[in-house]
Amino acid sequence: MSKIILTVDDSPSIRQMVAMTLKMGGYEVIEAVDGVDGVDKAMHNEIDLIITDQNMPNMDGLTLTRELRGTDRHARTPIMMLTTESSAEMKAQGKAAGLTGWMVKPFHPQTLLAVIDKLLP
Amino acid sequence: MSMDLDMSQFVAIFVEEAHEHLANMEAQLVALSVEQASPAQFNEIFRAAHSIKGGSATFGLSDVTGIAHELESLLDRLRNSQLSLTAEMVDALLKSRDLIAQMVAAFEGKGSVDQAEVMQTCEWLKRLAGNTATPPASAPQIKGEGREFGFFENAPAAPPAPSLPGEGEKFGFFENAPAAPKPANAPAPAPAAAHGTVGFESSSIRVGVEKVDQIINLVGELVITQAMLAQMAQSTDMALQERLALSLAQLDRNTRDLQEAAMSIRMMPISAVFNRFPRVVRDLASRLGKQVELRLVGEGTELDKGLIEKITDPLTHLVRNSLDHGIEPPEERIKAGKSAQGVITLSASHQGGNIVIEVRDDGRGLNRERILAKARERGLPVPENPRDEEVWALIFEAGFSTAEQVTDVSGRGVGMDVVRSNILSMGGRVEIASQAQRGTTMTVRLPLTLAILDGMSVGCGDETFILPLGTIVESLRPAQDAVKTITGRGRVVPIRGEYLPVISLAAVMNIPACAKAEHEGILVIMETGQRQVALFVDALLGQHQVVIKSLETNYRKVPGISGATIMGDGRVALILDIASITRMGLAAAAAETAHA
Repeated sequence: MSKIILTVDDSPSIRQMVAMTLKMGGYEVIEAVDGVDGVDKAMHNEIDLIITDQNMPNMDGLTLTRELRGTDRHARTPIMMLTTESSAEMKAQGKAAGLTGWMVKPFHPQTLLAVIDKLLP
Repeated sequence: MSMDLDMSQFVAIFVEEAHEHLANMEAQLVALSVEQASPAQFNEIFRAAHSIKGGSATFGLSDVTGIAHELESLLDRLRNSQLSLTAEMVDALLKSRDLIAQMVAAFEGKGSVDQAEVMQTCEWLKRLAGNTATPPASAPQIKGEGREFGFFENAPAAPPAPSLPGEGEKFGFFENAPAAPKPANAPAPAPAAAHGTVGFESSSIRVGVEKVDQIINLVGELVITQAMLAQMAQSTDMALQERLALSLAQLDRNTRDLQEAAMSIRMMPISAVFNRFPRVVRDLASRLGKQVELRLVGEGTELDKGLIEKITDPLTHLVRNSLDHGIEPPEERIKAGKSAQGVITLSASHQGGNIVIEVRDDGRGLNRERILAKARERGLPVPENPRDEEVWALIFEAGFSTAEQVTDVSGRGVGMDVVRSNILSMGGRVEIASQAQRGTTMTVRLPLTLAILDGMSVGCGDETFILPLGTIVESLRPAQDAVKTITGRGRVVPIRGEYLPVISLAAVMNIPACAKAEHEGILVIMETGQRQVALFVDALLGQHQVVIKSLETNYRKVPGISGATIMGDGRVALILDIASITRMGLAAAAAETAHA
């Protein structure tokens, strides 16, 4: 059975690109449009991995990560942040929030899949 | 597994998204008040800039990234209250927004971007941000970090440490292998090839899901009704006749609803046009040294997308005109006992089958004497003892606004006459009301849509013609001797103390009419621009909503005809272009009676 990945991004173009890439990699994809939607979908679906944006309306990616880490269900689910910021400061915040890792935008489909494959062997 | 992800399909979405973010940024920036800007506002602008940056990097607009980065740095300091907002910052932020908009446009293949200007603006933003970099927080230890991604040590679900050393080569693969991705700050490869193959012009529109659902439902209804009818038609039972008639009535209702729903897909809120005005007004007011508040009313009012595109320029011109000529400089306003800040109100509403857009200012009002003097100076025909409305209408005459009046503000060589002719070509009208010292209101009336017309069908000989209902003032059958001939003016009829020219449709169309004299037929009093005329036809047939078919696409342009439609009985009826019928009729009458 294929693994299910939740992609959270307020930008439809990025979200669809991530989704398309993942589907080509053989994953099932659930999309969420912001942090609030992301938490909701994460709690109501069998999710194996989460890829989230940072800057989103309603709830940002770091908050989403903190929220999900506080639940039994997603305390150890891989959560990757797809972000344009890769500053040390952002990394410190990301680590503190409980992110598994980060990837910069723009991403290359192959890189994304390689990283995901590593997390979901 | 092929990794040739077709980027082109996302490019159009990205461009549309970028335009939305840019429009949002502009609206937010214009709304910023130097005295009381809130972190929430900065955050909102920051988010828009950030989204554009993210998408741009992904789709290969690498030049956006640089300027967006500087923009973000400044906004970041503002939202963290490390800096306080100045008017110069707003200017710089707007300027950089404009440059990003140009870059996106250039990406779409429209125009180009001045790189020197980009450099300057980046420097400007840097200077305003103060350039005092915040010391970076101490970086956490990161394992397996490449340029493109990384995992946090001991983070939930991170790959176990032992697997990492062996992966050093794999990270290397990402950077150096032939098929490897480019480094983060280089453009992604695909869009360059993809872009150009996608038409992301305004040929697509975004439509609310509920509108599409409604249409799908209605089509369902229609199919059911049609099936019912088909079944009944197979039976010869006379008792079914009544039910057949009932079903036909239902089909009629479904069809009408479906038509309405389909039309509504083309409808967009006028905010699409209005949203550009805060910026226009802000820029212009500061250039002219005036203080102006812009109020928007009824932004949710919907109109046809085609009209939205066409109304933008005329409306911009009217707003600029109000600001330039209507609103006084602050000193003059104070002297006149008004507040230093003028108000321009832009409002939209539905009235009957029309959409009414008003541009209202509380400025000095139009100057009757100056307009009359100027009209005479330009050699425009000026009626004797003109009413105010007739005077105001003069500013729409071709040749009224000339170089002297065309400041760099109101004019790019476009006069008010172009505004009026643009509005007329949309089937609309523009009117002015003005009071000295109280202000001026320009009212634009447009049909709701370009595709359907409320019309009156009239008979002339064997033919049926459609008159746009909005242009009809009244219709009447004149007394036997009411219509007279005046040399040089042709036939005229007195209507409420005014002699209106009578134009015979049969004569203009060169067809034999049934009614030989006016008192045997009907005179339809019509409004064209600012004059009224009486159109002489055989009979009024009825009022219809007609679907306009272009004559030019299906046949060729015919003088006096603006389009055609298919009537319920399958016959084609021509839709009259009243303005040109009037011109043709008056010219013919003048020529004929001059010889007589």
